[in-house]
Amino acid sequence: MHDNETDSNSTKRVEIVCFMVEEQDFCIEISHVLEIRGWTSTTTLPHAPDFILGMMNLRGTVLPVVDLSLRLGFGKTEPGKRHVIIIAQIDEKVVGFLVDAVSDIITVDEAEMQAAPDVSSARTQAFIRGVYSVNDALVRAIDVRAVLPQGARLEA
Amino acid sequence: MTRILAVDDSRTMRSMLQATLTDAGFEVDVAEDGVDGLDKLEGAAPDLIITDINMPRLDGFGFIEGVRAGRRMASVPILVLTTETGEHLKQRARASGATGWIVKPFDETKLISTIQRLVV
Amino acid sequence: MNDLNEMFFQECDDLLEGLSSGLNELENGSNDEEIVNSMFRAVHSIKGGAGAFGLDQLIEFSHAFENVLDDVRAVRLAADENVVALLFTASDHLSDLVDAARNEDQLPPEQGASILSDLKHMSGSLDDDSHAHDGRGEEDPPAFEPTTLTVDGGLPPLDDMLSPTAPTPLTITFKALPQLYTNGHDPTLLFRSLQELGSLTINADLSSISLLRDAPWSAPTLSWTIDILPDDSVDEAVIREVFEFVEGLCELEIQSHASAPPIETLPPLEEHTQVPQSGAPSLGPDPRETKETGVKPASGSKKQPAARSSTIRVDLQRVDQLINLVGELVIAEAMLRQSMDEMPHSANGSVDEAMSQLKQLSGAIQESVMAIRAQPVRGLFQRMSRIVRETSKEAGKSARLVTIGDATEVDKTVTERLVEPLTHMIRNAIDHGLETPDQRLAANKDKRGTVTLEAAHRSGRVVITLSDDGGGIDRAKVRQIAEDKGLVRPDDDLADADIDNLLFRAGFSTANEVSNLSGRGVGMDVVRNEIQSLGGRVSMQSEPGKGTSVTISLPLTLAVLEGMVVRVADQTLIVPTLSLREMLQPGQASVHTLCDGDRVLALNDELVPIINLGAALGYRTDPVCLGQQSLLLIEDDSGRRSALAVDAIAEQREVVIKGLEQSYQSISGIAAATILGNGRIALIIDTDQVIALPGRMGAAEPPAPGATGDVVNA
Repeated sequence: MHDNETDSNSTKRVEIVCFMVEEQDFCIEISHVLEIRGWTSTTTLPHAPDFILGMMNLRGTVLPVVDLSLRLGFGKTEPGKRHVIIIAQIDEKVVGFLVDAVSDIITVDEAEMQAAPDVSSARTQAFIRGVYSVNDALVRAIDVRAVLPQGARLEA
Repeated sequence: MTRILAVDDSRTMRSMLQATLTDAGFEVDVAEDGVDGLDKLEGAAPDLIITDINMPRLDGFGFIEGVRAGRRMASVPILVLTTETGEHLKQRARASGATGWIVKPFDETKLISTIQRLVV
Repeated sequence: MNDLNEMFFQECDDLLEGLSSGLNELENGSNDEEIVNSMFRAVHSIKGGAGAFGLDQLIEFSHAFENVLDDVRAVRLAADENVVALLFTASDHLSDLVDAARNEDQLPPEQGASILSDLKHMSGSLDDDSHAHDGRGEEDPPAFEPTTLTVDGGLPPLDDMLSPTAPTPLTITFKALPQLYTNGHDPTLLFRSLQELGSLTINADLSSISLLRDAPWSAPTLSWTIDILPDDSVDEAVIREVFEFVEGLCELEIQSHASAPPIETLPPLEEHTQVPQSGAPSLGPDPRETKETGVKPASGSKKQPAARSSTIRVDLQRVDQLINLVGELVIAEAMLRQSMDEMPHSANGSVDEAMSQLKQLSGAIQESVMAIRAQPVRGLFQRMSRIVRETSKEAGKSARLVTIGDATEVDKTVTERLVEPLTHMIRNAIDHGLETPDQRLAANKDKRGTVTLEAAHRSGRVVITLSDDGGGIDRAKVRQIAEDKGLVRPDDDLADADIDNLLFRAGFSTANEVSNLSGRGVGMDVVRNEIQSLGGRVSMQSEPGKGTSVTISLPLTLAVLEGMVVRVADQTLIVPTLSLREMLQPGQASVHTLCDGDRVLALNDELVPIINLGAALGYRTDPVCLGQQSLLLIEDDSGRRSALAVDAIAEQREVVIKGLEQSYQSISGIAAATILGNGRIALIIDTDQVIALPGRMGAAEPPAPGATGDVVNA
């Protein structure tokens, strides 16, 4: 349903931003990425799911930051200066994803995306669209809409 | 460049005239009714005026009379652009001092050829 | 959809709004002729634009509509009740047609057929079968123009200029009358046009040129004889068309050499006394021009005084961007001020002075920018008049809408988002509030009910009141329904206001018979939610037999808010001052602990529950020592009070509202966010929700006055 940007009769080259969470490789399409920023403190939200770190101020825009590690079923991140926030636009919403580090920006063939191997936890599985094989490493493509908090998705 | 002052209370019509005439290579000023037209007359110094009839404050007839009675630009050609085709209205326009008329909705080519017929 | 198209529809909206407001004035018995004039122009402009875009349905209807308005304007038709009713219906239908056209759609022809035929019937043009561009004016009595011109059959229509007859040589004799020049013509240009139609020989007749000393200069004396051999497919009609615009401004003879020469002389137009006979361009400047005295522009008297507001249309996005930037400016200014405060005191007072000037300026800019978004509620109110007409018709009731304070300005977003709630409130008022005409007569009321919509600015807020003169809230019935639905217990002791408030409870609907109107679905709870999301409040007053009124109070703008900056559990929060009643420092308040551990504040004779804000928002779980806390007394829409316990109260300031819903979602207890001087985000408390939060200390039931605990003199 989502991400049906694929052209049926020709392969589509997409640029992806690769990043690390808990020493594993993940990626999202660059078309979603507005910018990449260093860590900045956030304001805690009441009654928010634990993976919502809080709200950050991006030059006057208030946006939520998702602790991607926690969201993907790994541990809670203790954010600090070495962390990076990927600012992404998903439909009308702008969200920050807290990740360990951004590793690369590469171009892949969308048709080369394979189903995710059944190695990770069910929780991780739910947020992965598939994997790309890049330099012998498996890079998992995040389903950006799925990782958003539920309410936010419904409102979109 | 030939300067045209287009007077119409409908901003759609004003924009349409402005677009059409600018594309045709004229320099266009607009005014939104007769009073505004008279106010802008001197500044616009048009070579030709195009005016609507039904307008608030001062209608097209009054506006034309105003132009004709003025000191400057009294004999600038004035085209009436109107949906009315009644003969008595044409005559009234002529009596007010209009130079010609074009029936709305205007045909671009016709409008431009008429304008070219009226300005050097 | 291209820009022009969009502009046309925007203009249509404005014109329809003007039309509607004119109709209301007409209905209220105004007989100002300018009202009908402007209504006529509105429909006329819609017709004109529709013509340009080829919107035939719209053209046909607006043409018929315009004709009726023209009749009213010319007092051929009295604007009696029937006519006004028809005009209202027609205006609603016109609006539907515009909407349909906007959606690149058409309405089924039968939908407006009866209105169209009524209009045509009314204006007596039923037998007039050429609609769109008929010379309707020709039917008019020549009331305003004694014509001196006789036109035999008129000029050929512009479209059928082409005729297949073989060209025959023609001789044209042409003499310009003075007015030809004053009307902006130039014989040279006429000849040039002729040149395109065939080969010409032009002879100027100089015989009647007067000597220099024999004035008047202004009388042109030249005449011309032109022999033309027209090109193929150019006939006499085409040649005549060149002279169409100078008809009556010249002496013109056209002789055909093929057949018997039909001589036609157009008599001159009656001399136009107002027009100065300024000289023909070909004869040089008119010496009289320099000493012109008597003839001031005739327009002088018609000109309005200089004071008139001119407007520009700006893309809303640009305005919003500007508002955002100004918001940033205000924040940046605050940040600068804060970091300057943190610097070691400088002896330089001029910096402080400049800073306070900057603060004033940025505040003023912010205010002016906000004002750009403000627009009168008139358009909104006028939309409602249609709802009143339609609803009363469907409900079999008779109602009229009275509007007060149309010019009151409100943020554009607010007016847009008020459409739904107001529509629903009006349907409610007519469907449930107003009695049937029979019932009204029996109650000694005018059989026609009145719904009043009033807007006013009151202490920095906009207050919109919708009142009806109906039967008032049937409280027994409301209570019964609430009991049936389990919203209240039969033994609950409810004041009238409490019962009225039940109407706002989710899931409440008074329609035990689901009528067509209430079947539209939303209840007053949805209205309240929508108003609250705009930062507003709703309240209801009702008097049996007299009517009901619903009052909405809204912020002037959605962009800034006056708030109290407080600190709770290392978080900075903003409490809107709107709902703030009082602030109590430790030592001023007397706090009682109830047996279940909840604490209340004794204030005058009232016990107010205390909400531990940090706990209510989940920021802290460990108990706090109230003695270290400050209390903010807040009050919600229905007068319920609570005291918020916070760690510290910092300052009162205006904050720029940053919505959370757009980027995240709504959070219970939080209205929005803002950015503080240090660049950090602070959340703005939604006091009404906090009062209702389940986690608050002090349950939903107000404590009984007798309940005692140990008195803490904090």
